[in-house]
Amino acid sequence: MMDNITHSHDGPDPHAPRPDHDDTLTHHRMLEIAVRELLIEKGILTADEVREAVERMDARGPHLGAKVVAKAWVDPAFKARLLQDGSAAVEEAGVQMDQPTRLIVVENTPTVHNLVVCTLCSCYPRMVLGIPPDWYKSRAYRSRAVWEPRAVLAEFGTILPEDVSVRVHDSTADMRYLVLPMQPKGSEGLGEAKLAELVTRDSMIGVTTL
Amino acid sequence: MSPRFDVGARVNVRRGNPPGHIRTPYYIRGKSGTVERICGEFRNPEELAYGRSGEPKQVLYRVRFVQKELWPAYTGPANDTIDVELYEHWLEPPQ
Repeated sequence: MMDNITHSHDGPDPHAPRPDHDDTLTHHRMLEIAVRELLIEKGILTADEVREAVERMDARGPHLGAKVVAKAWVDPAFKARLLQDGSAAVEEAGVQMDQPTRLIVVENTPTVHNLVVCTLCSCYPRMVLGIPPDWYKSRAYRSRAVWEPRAVLAEFGTILPEDVSVRVHDSTADMRYLVLPMQPKGSEGLGEAKLAELVTRDSMIGVTTL
Repeated sequence: MSPRFDVGARVNVRRGNPPGHIRTPYYIRGKSGTVERICGEFRNPEELAYGRSGEPKQVLYRVRFVQKELWPAYTGPANDTIDVELYEHWLEPPQ
């Protein structure tokens, strides 16, 4: 392999040229560009509006879900509203529900553990968790989470005793799911902001506990 | 449109295999479960997918199934379940 190195920056680390991975103009990329350019050309959207929408999507992430979870831990009345109507409660907590889908929050308890999957595609509670991780969209996770959830959980390091029921939620339609994890032992008395730092993305999908 | 099934009702999922955009996963067709909650009315995605109106709206249910009844080789405990969102036109009363 060393013989093939012809590319150099004249530094101490000569290396073979590495191909870029961003230059594949697939059918769907071309379609997106064509539609976007037409929308702008026809004056339906401006380039700035498209950029703003992308920025809004990119700004969402697990920190939003973590804030909601921490609030539910310290405020039992809020937790009750959250379990009753997830969409209304997260809006109350300052999260913008800018999607037509509705949010259902499912609570982990000492006897119930919840796990979220979308077997049909990759539905994910983007309003509170942002963009899904790649494994969530993989065929392996999507199929195995429904027929051998405990094996999948074990691979994430989550081994549950037999007296804990595993409840899988398949997001097949207009609902999105957020798991409310159990508050970790020893975190009692911490403030909401500190508690939110303990809440991980994976615990809100349900593949791990805290 | 008032829901045809109440929370707690036993329901069967239709066994159909129609062509097109379907939101009822194959693994759940022909299975029996219990209505966990009624989610409201939504435009029918099987119609929306083809640019049609999706009207009349369909009642959407969350139905809970027992894992051991779905997968003969399921090794977990009997209380393990899976909840699936299903539109009313996919559900039937038990035979």
